[in-house]
Amino acid sequence: MIEARSLTKIFQDKKRGAVRAVDGVSFRCEPGRIYGLLGANGAGKTTTLRMLATILSPTSGGASVAGFDVVAEPEKARASLGFLSTATALYGRLTAREFIEYFGRLHGLGEDLLRERVEALLTRLEMREFSDRRCDTFSTGMKQKTSIARVLVHDPPVMIFDEPTTGLDVMTARTIVSFIRECRERGKTVIFSTHVMTEAEKLCDRIGIIHGGRLLAEGTLEDLRARQGLHDL
Amino acid sequence: MSARNIGIVYRKELMDSLRDRRTLISTIVMPLLLIPVMTIGFGSFAISMVKKAQQETPRVMVLGGEDSPKILAAIQRIPGTQFVPPADDYARQISNKVIRAAVRLPAGFAAALQSGEPAHVEIYVYEGELKSEIAGQKLRAFFDDLRQRTIESRLAERNLSPGLLRPFDVAKKNVAPEEKVGAALTSSLLPYMVILMCLTGAMYPAMDLTAGEKERGTMETILTSRVSRIDLVLGKFLLVLTASIATALLAVISMGASSRMAAKMFAGEIPGAAAAQFKLSINPSALVAVFMLVIPVGVLFSSALLAVSLFAKTYKEAQSYISPLMIVVIVPAVASLMPGVDLNWRLALVPILNVSLVSKEIFTGTYHWSLIAAIFASSCVYAGIALAAAVHLFQREDVLFRA
Repeated sequence: MIEARSLTKIFQDKKRGAVRAVDGVSFRCEPGRIYGLLGANGAGKTTTLRMLATILSPTSGGASVAGFDVVAEPEKARASLGFLSTATALYGRLTAREFIEYFGRLHGLGEDLLRERVEALLTRLEMREFSDRRCDTFSTGMKQKTSIARVLVHDPPVMIFDEPTTGLDVMTARTIVSFIRECRERGKTVIFSTHVMTEAEKLCDRIGIIHGGRLLAEGTLEDLRARQGLHDL
Repeated sequence: MSARNIGIVYRKELMDSLRDRRTLISTIVMPLLLIPVMTIGFGSFAISMVKKAQQETPRVMVLGGEDSPKILAAIQRIPGTQFVPPADDYARQISNKVIRAAVRLPAGFAAALQSGEPAHVEIYVYEGELKSEIAGQKLRAFFDDLRQRTIESRLAERNLSPGLLRPFDVAKKNVAPEEKVGAALTSSLLPYMVILMCLTGAMYPAMDLTAGEKERGTMETILTSRVSRIDLVLGKFLLVLTASIATALLAVISMGASSRMAAKMFAGEIPGAAAAQFKLSINPSALVAVFMLVIPVGVLFSSALLAVSLFAKTYKEAQSYISPLMIVVIVPAVASLMPGVDLNWRLALVPILNVSLVSKEIFTGTYHWSLIAAIFASSCVYAGIALAAAVHLFQREDVLFRA
């Protein structure tokens, strides 16, 4: 489960002074559900997700990931989540196998379990053909599959996707979308951010609309439609 | 902090770096190639220049001496010189390298020699210009010989023994051990090279592991993993330190091998004392002692470079931050090469300069234990501060995610 409680992040900017990138955002997402953060570029989606992933620490408010507080127990929170975005790149000089193994080891997997998991992921994601090639030779699709394997290797209960389809071709974006659905089917808690409304409509059980760092509206797709009196968002 | 995680990060960074051509060039190829090229290449170039200068027949001018025809004729018979007619602009011709040297004989020089009156001969050269100095030496040798012969003939005229003016001979003999004398040039250069290589070896990996990761987008990837930031920075730091020490070690090996080769190659070409300058005979315990002292310097460089390049958003930006740092490091390292800069308690606290100075002493067999201990301790303190700064910066999200 993921729970955000009045999450606030203020950045100090030399020119603009204090900037409230995220302002009192609260929501929760249960296991087996997809929560979508919908908003334009610069709305505060990435900052919110980075706080949930413990990459940034909140200025005030708090959050918990799989029951672990992101400020008090950041390592345990990170151990329970997989974070994927188009900004999370691969190590170009490692092979796909080495890359996945590296993250598995950092997540504390023993060598036997790690080998077992990596082999299973290589088969499941159809990566065998390129698993021993260096990542810097990969196509976008290969890179995305490797990134997916990276977030799955420690089998976390929570998945965070920050605009995972941005800039991807249709085929690769489809792989990602079906992977997100699969996560829900496996009972994982999924947070998904996007600025593409149709994507949010297709995937999410609940949607939070974020703008200027504030969560303006929240609910199921039907709730939001009913509130706005519109057929689609 | 987890030693296991630090080890995992270190092993990954090591594997990654060993596959990176740029790291391999800066860590391995540079010391193994650059030092032999510098030692042997520069040595060969210098020797060929000296040889060429010696083989050249310098153009020389004699000013005055019309009233001393015999001496004038003798000067013009100096082997390996070509005399040109006197001209008023001799100074300009020497400066412009048209002629190499000139000599002025005073009026009535021959008569003065006969009568025993004092006389003053002037030789004009372009100081510091090799070919001009060689021409000047030839003229000087002629006049030294003429003076000697004049003294002998004057003594003979008075039935006095030549020993009257030369009551005894003085001979200078070296008694210092070979390693203290032979390695003069190389042993003073060695600490400088070791320190410089320590820096250059750490530079590329430090930038690649911080600003490079930010630029490639892998920093965010690794920060989402379970590893703590302190383990991450320590793993990275150990890799940079490995590169720094490895480069320095390879530099010493390369310098040892190339100086041996240079000493052999140049043995027949130049006088023994000069050839010995290339010889590097260092005893292993001195090498171990210097390496112990260099480790904190490596820690200092690795941490400082990591901290500085972590500020940068891109590899290029990191380079622009690090270039001035190089000057800061090179200045104290070069200062130790200057004559008259000797180790004392105050200098023992100046980072880099202290290690450079004490290494020079250790390589020539001098061990000031109390100063060595002070230098090691102060270097460890500086290294510790730099490492703490690097670790602290790695915790700061405004540095990691600088917009």
